[in-house]
Amino acid sequence: MTWLRRAAVPVLGAGAGLVILTLGLALLGYDAPAALAALWRGAFGSWYAVSSATMVRAVPLMTIGLGLAISFRAGALNIGAEGQFAIGAMAATAVGLATGGWPAPLGLTATLLAGVIGGAAWILVPVALRFRFGVLEVISTLLLNFVAEALISYAVQGPLQEAKGTYPQSDAIGASVRLPLVPGTRLHAGFFLVLGLGVVLWVLFRRSVWGFRLRAVGEAPRAAELAGGIRVERTVALALLGSGALAGLAGAFEVSGVTYALYQNLSPGYGFTAIAVALIARTDPIGVVVAGLAFGALDAGAAGMQRDAGVPAVAVSIVQAVIIVVALLSVRRDPAEAPS
Amino acid sequence: MDPIIGFVAAAIRIATPLLWASLGEVIAERAGVINLAVEGSMLVGCLAAVFGALSGDPWLGVLAAAGAGMVVSGVFAAVAIWGRTDQIIAGTAVTLASVGVTGMLYRQLLATHGAELQLPMLGPALFRQPAPTYLAFTAVPLVWWALYRTTAGLRLRAVGESADAARAIGINTRWYQTIAVMIGGLFAGLGGATLVLAQVGAFAERMTAGRGFIAIAVVVLGRWHPAGVLGAALAFGALTALQFVFQAMGLDVPYQFFIMLPYVIALGALTGVAGRVRPPRGLGRTVP
Repeated sequence: MTWLRRAAVPVLGAGAGLVILTLGLALLGYDAPAALAALWRGAFGSWYAVSSATMVRAVPLMTIGLGLAISFRAGALNIGAEGQFAIGAMAATAVGLATGGWPAPLGLTATLLAGVIGGAAWILVPVALRFRFGVLEVISTLLLNFVAEALISYAVQGPLQEAKGTYPQSDAIGASVRLPLVPGTRLHAGFFLVLGLGVVLWVLFRRSVWGFRLRAVGEAPRAAELAGGIRVERTVALALLGSGALAGLAGAFEVSGVTYALYQNLSPGYGFTAIAVALIARTDPIGVVVAGLAFGALDAGAAGMQRDAGVPAVAVSIVQAVIIVVALLSVRRDPAEAPS
Repeated sequence: MDPIIGFVAAAIRIATPLLWASLGEVIAERAGVINLAVEGSMLVGCLAAVFGALSGDPWLGVLAAAGAGMVVSGVFAAVAIWGRTDQIIAGTAVTLASVGVTGMLYRQLLATHGAELQLPMLGPALFRQPAPTYLAFTAVPLVWWALYRTTAGLRLRAVGESADAARAIGINTRWYQTIAVMIGGLFAGLGGATLVLAQVGAFAERMTAGRGFIAIAVVVLGRWHPAGVLGAALAFGALTALQFVFQAMGLDVPYQFFIMLPYVIALGALTGVAGRVRPPRGLGRTVP
């Protein structure tokens, strides 16, 4: 597949999604041109919009998307990234508040690690349920999203609530556990960390035994086990744990780089958007980075649309859904090679 | 009210929308299609119920919800079955779109005067249960009969077990799956209508709160059988309704833990039956 054809799919998807959105907006009596203009301004209108809206919103999408790329490669679906993100954010907040007095790099590392561990712990339940009891991870990860939501709601009104006790939110974490910002913008260091992660994964996927195992297990588990001597269950379990860990890291990035505190509804659906990101990128890490930026622009534009044109940001999930569908249709297997 | 009657009423109230959605999902999954868009069908059904009922007749709301649920599942069928794509991701995408569509429509058309909106409700029929409850319970033997005692039902189950074999004997697998999914969507829409017109009385964004996903768990618990699903939905309703008993007992537990309860119960129940139930052999498999 040429690069041109690869790029055609997302562009086609985004185009189709935007056309559908425009029609919907016009039908509902919104000022569609004004809404689209606001969408563009919100994403690309200025250097500040690009650096502090689009790129900032791309960080969680790229981070979660890289994790999903790992699990997709192993043929496992994790549709609970939304919950892992939330638990990661909660763990990072708790640790960030506790380690605010530590020397800067130590406290920050502990905060980010807490997110990683929180996200991995949250997916450990579905992983254990799948391999001990055979419960489909699709249903269990989905159900746990709702449990995580309720848990965050409890945390911000209970143990993690701000000292004042007025709002359902945590206290702000200290300056030493915050990710540094690029001067003049709201772009935090998490962006560069995730870029590095993308490159590392790109190399690992291509050059390492682990990368080969993932693909073998994802594409032909029986052959991988019988001919390759690969422990399939272990490989899939670790891939799922990895995707949970990265979703948790995304939650930690959000707290430590953007909000500095835990709120309810920290994520406007990053966990689901990231599915589109990983899918569009065909699980290629560099593709995830590019697709993450594109979807970050869409999210930033949606916020701009809500602010300037009064169109609810949730409308953009229609565009996202259309992009997922177009991506699905483009990656579907040739009937000849489909498993029988 | 007598606490026991209150508990039973709550159990049935929680079970009814789930029963609708999971009965519909049984039909789809028996044809080999796992339909996560059932959540979207329910949600769009909720909003359609409001619009339909605004005409003054709640039954028009029921009709609108059924139609809307069917349209949503039709979109899913087009992508997953006719487009031969991954059913799980296609279902997730359609549900995502449903959240966007309902959010947009609701905010533009209803939100401004939503508070004072008075919907005509489906009042209590026999024994103080609203009509959709009786309809749902009546649908159980009907679905059973259709699946197990008709030729179409036999063929549908054959498609779910082995699409290749079914096609070999001349069954149009794609149409069987499409129709099964769309009937499933219709049922999910009715579940949404029940929620709005017999219980809540209003629309709220994301109001289905994962009931469609719980319904998929209920289908597993009910072993892909209509009677089993009835039992599983009622058991689930009863376990969830226990929270009202606990609250009445004055247990000092934060309310968020009661919110978590249904999902945790569903997970626990799935774990309990796992390994002892067998899904249709072709479930979730993309048919070329």
